[in-house]
Amino acid sequence: MSGSTTRNFKANAARELANDTLRAALTKSKGHFTDGRTTAAENLPEFEALRDQSRDIKNHTIENLDFYLEAYEEKVRESGGHVHWARTAEDARQIVLGICRSVDAKAVNKGKSMISEECEINEMLEANGIRAVETDLGEYIIQLRGEKPSHIIAPAVHLTKGQVEESFRANHTHLDPDRVLEEPPTLLDEARTILRKKYFEAEVGMTGANLLIAETGSSIIVTNEGNGDLSQLIPKVHIVLASVEKIVPTLEDASTILRVLARSATGQEFSSYTTLSTGPKREGDPDGPEQYHVILLDNGRTDMIGTEFQEMLRCIRCGACMNHCPVYQSVGGHAYGWVYPGPMGSVLSPGLLGVDEAGHLPNASTFCGRCEEVCPVRIPLPKMMRNWREQEFEKHLSPGTARVGLGLWAFMAKRPKLYQLATGLQMRLLARIGHAKGRLSSLPLAKGWTKYRELPAPEGRTFQSRWKSGERPL
Amino acid sequence: MSEAPRVALFVTCLVDLFRPSVGFAAVKLMQDAGCTVEVPEAQTCCGQPAYNSGDRKDTIAIAKQVIAAFEGYDHVVAPSGSCAGMIMKHYPELLADDPDWETRATDLAGRTHELISFLTDVLKVENVAAAFDGTVTYHDSCSGLRELGIHDQPRQLLDGVDGLHLRELEDANVCCGFGGTFCVKYPDISNRMVSNKTEQIVATGAETLLAGDMGCLMNMAGKLQREGANVRVRHVAEVLAGMTDTPAIGEPSDGSAN
Repeated sequence: MSGSTTRNFKANAARELANDTLRAALTKSKGHFTDGRTTAAENLPEFEALRDQSRDIKNHTIENLDFYLEAYEEKVRESGGHVHWARTAEDARQIVLGICRSVDAKAVNKGKSMISEECEINEMLEANGIRAVETDLGEYIIQLRGEKPSHIIAPAVHLTKGQVEESFRANHTHLDPDRVLEEPPTLLDEARTILRKKYFEAEVGMTGANLLIAETGSSIIVTNEGNGDLSQLIPKVHIVLASVEKIVPTLEDASTILRVLARSATGQEFSSYTTLSTGPKREGDPDGPEQYHVILLDNGRTDMIGTEFQEMLRCIRCGACMNHCPVYQSVGGHAYGWVYPGPMGSVLSPGLLGVDEAGHLPNASTFCGRCEEVCPVRIPLPKMMRNWREQEFEKHLSPGTARVGLGLWAFMAKRPKLYQLATGLQMRLLARIGHAKGRLSSLPLAKGWTKYRELPAPEGRTFQSRWKSGERPL
Repeated sequence: MSEAPRVALFVTCLVDLFRPSVGFAAVKLMQDAGCTVEVPEAQTCCGQPAYNSGDRKDTIAIAKQVIAAFEGYDHVVAPSGSCAGMIMKHYPELLADDPDWETRATDLAGRTHELISFLTDVLKVENVAAAFDGTVTYHDSCSGLRELGIHDQPRQLLDGVDGLHLRELEDANVCCGFGGTFCVKYPDISNRMVSNKTEQIVATGAETLLAGDMGCLMNMAGKLQREGANVRVRHVAEVLAGMTDTPAIGEPSDGSAN
């Protein structure tokens, strides 16, 4: 389904680990995000309280999701907009296509949207002869390269500036080949000049939404480049494609969440642009779209309500979990094989794709807990990854060899006398083998360990047997 | 306290099997601080291998075994933030559907401590009588740090060790890549994580690496030794108890490197 390769996570990860350019790119971005968040949080005395409030707002909204969605729909209609309900990604694609065809669109300008990635809108548009133009710089870069985003807020974080320069030179062939293009500002200027023209060519502008507000029927996007504003204001049709859990009751609630969003994401106090859209252009408005459409996507989310994964619907897509995740920072976003990488993806993807497809993701965690520590809405990500492992175990999806090993271990661990006898013998044997060096360089049943590291040899007799023989510290 | 507190040592499976010295160091530290220490016999493991593999049924069986074995003691202490965290944070949650067991689990959770924080926070130990000549660095193991808030306690006690100089490790709060079964299920990723860690350990120039959890210590020691790095690895309790005569983790008895 959906071009997912999460099933191949191990192979994907091995490929990415061998990529030194990726390593360089990730090393460069890591400190920027983590230090930024730390400083932003320290500088706002009420940051922890705001996290609690944000969590409570989202919990309340999800518990009353139907109520707030209907209230929102009512307000959008009142302001002259249209609301479309999409149960699946395919429904969303058909709705987008229908709107594009109704205005005979040749091109769609797009602000960054992960829901668009989830629904594979670009692929659908291209298949129907409609050009999709990504206007976010990172999205633009990866579109040129035919790649997928590797991060939910920094789609091109896996690339170095050298790679970006290379792509620009390969694609912007109408420009002087001898131009200087080494520094990020020159790259930005070039992309901006090219995109600026395209804003006026599209009939449809499409954005996601960071928040939807039931009280006013507004959608909010936050960006740092202002590209979202141009994408949605200039074309005659604006489509907002958002998932249902983006809703919050009031403007006040939205502002509470915005105060933790940018701080958690990039360490900014606020993103450069926070844009609210409410309906189409009204009489007397100097600009704005003639039509305003909101597509509300479910695609499996409401099935998570009432399950142990309900809290995942609080996620506000800041990316802090992946910025702080040592696994994500090792393998990068593409290894995860689908739209949502990092810890939030490791919980969400099995919910949307099924645990049989995405089962690797919640397993590929050390439960170090950094993700939960920084999550602005306090989602217990490690706990939910464990819940997925439990479902996998119950459905007998975990690997057979691991199950047999675990079963044997558990059998012993539940029988202390037998356990102490058996482990006592094993440790003495291991200690004898490893005696000369103090460690073992290879061990048949521990290859996963000894492939990369030495196994320290046991000291000899176990603590429990020595204690039982009366040994005590001096 | 008029009577010596009666403490049960939850020795942890890795200390029991691989590094009994840490168990004896823990006993010494608590006895020196005025405790009577006992080692209940019916202990094997806290159950994390099953718990983190999604095997809830076996985890619950092991949790009940631990709860029963450690009833009646004033305190239960483990030389590991990970195992102590399992008992303190996860047992009550695991047994939440069974009121009798939940009560017993919550009672145990309230009496359980990680060793170093037990010394500083409960016994109010401010100084240990130990000497260690050299520069050390310290890795904060994830569960101890994030589940139990252990950060300052080991540093406070290390500060009082004669001759010891602590040089802080960059990214000391980032996981070393052990993660229990993670390191053998995803060896390639674990290897990248522990390689990042050893690079930073070596960069400190410290001769000795300390931490409070055997899993992380065995992972980092094994990697340092595979890389041929000249860094000795010990559990922090060994240094605090002044019991550093035994070879460091993974080192041969004659003490020579490599």
